[in-house]
Amino acid sequence: MIRLPLVLFFSAVLFSTGVYGVLARRNGVLVLMSIELMLNAVNVNLVAFSQYVRDIGGQVFALFVIAVAAAEVGIGLAIVILIFRNRESINVDEVSLLKW
Amino acid sequence: MAELIVFWVFAPLAVASGIAMLLQRNAVYSALFLVVNFFALAVFFLMLGAEFLFAVQIIVYAGAIMVLFLFVIMLLGVDREERLVEPIRWQRPLGIFLGVGITAEIFAAVRAGVGFAAKAPGGFALVNQGGNAQAIAKVLFTDYFLPFEITSILLIVAAVAAMVLAHRRRGAVSGPPPAGPARPQPDREAEVAG
Repeated sequence: MIRLPLVLFFSAVLFSTGVYGVLARRNGVLVLMSIELMLNAVNVNLVAFSQYVRDIGGQVFALFVIAVAAAEVGIGLAIVILIFRNRESINVDEVSLLKW
Repeated sequence: MAELIVFWVFAPLAVASGIAMLLQRNAVYSALFLVVNFFALAVFFLMLGAEFLFAVQIIVYAGAIMVLFLFVIMLLGVDREERLVEPIRWQRPLGIFLGVGITAEIFAAVRAGVGFAAKAPGGFALVNQGGNAQAIAKVLFTDYFLPFEITSILLIVAAVAAMVLAHRRRGAVSGPPPAGPARPQPDREAEVAG
């Protein structure tokens, strides 16, 4: 049986990698991929705690996270396509219409 | 002990592929590294006693979602690489700082909340009795039935919204002057980009 903190540290590193990707990358598709990375780190946490407290609810919740992530990717990529159509670019820095 | 070996093989693999994904300038390679990452995490689910999620992870993430990503990357043009010149000078250092900072913060939170030596108590096999998928189904269709139905509504709304967003209306002004409102074929954009 693996120790819980080991898995939690691993998923923390993975989550932070995703955070860095969202903050530093400018390709809109890569930002969405980094969000997927973060959601996956959360899923690992949920499953690890599900095993730790011996409750299957964590796995059910991870399943919901996957479903919501699928919906999010669909909408997000549609928005990326729309931005590309209007601006000929998917650089998120250039999408500043709502910026004050 | 076998689990520890699996962990130390796949944890560095997952982290390395995640970091490699962010360092790639070509979006297609990034997507492929993300597939490696998803497979490594699927092995983690298997190790943690979630066989159903292992299958779902491979089918939904490595299969469906990554195909969607690759499709959009190809649609928008493959050789579209990011410029190396930073328009905002402090963005990348700040990103690294915040990434490392949140790691340290979570480490501290885990140390305070769980302790370093916390070990999962045995007997998870009891929860998984009769199969992991059956155990999940039993909970999903009783306790979590309402969230399950709401999720199905969410997915339908998302599918319709994606169609509405990506649909090109005839005669609609589709953008700034260089884009040109009177472009006949939507497929042309991919050719222009590629």
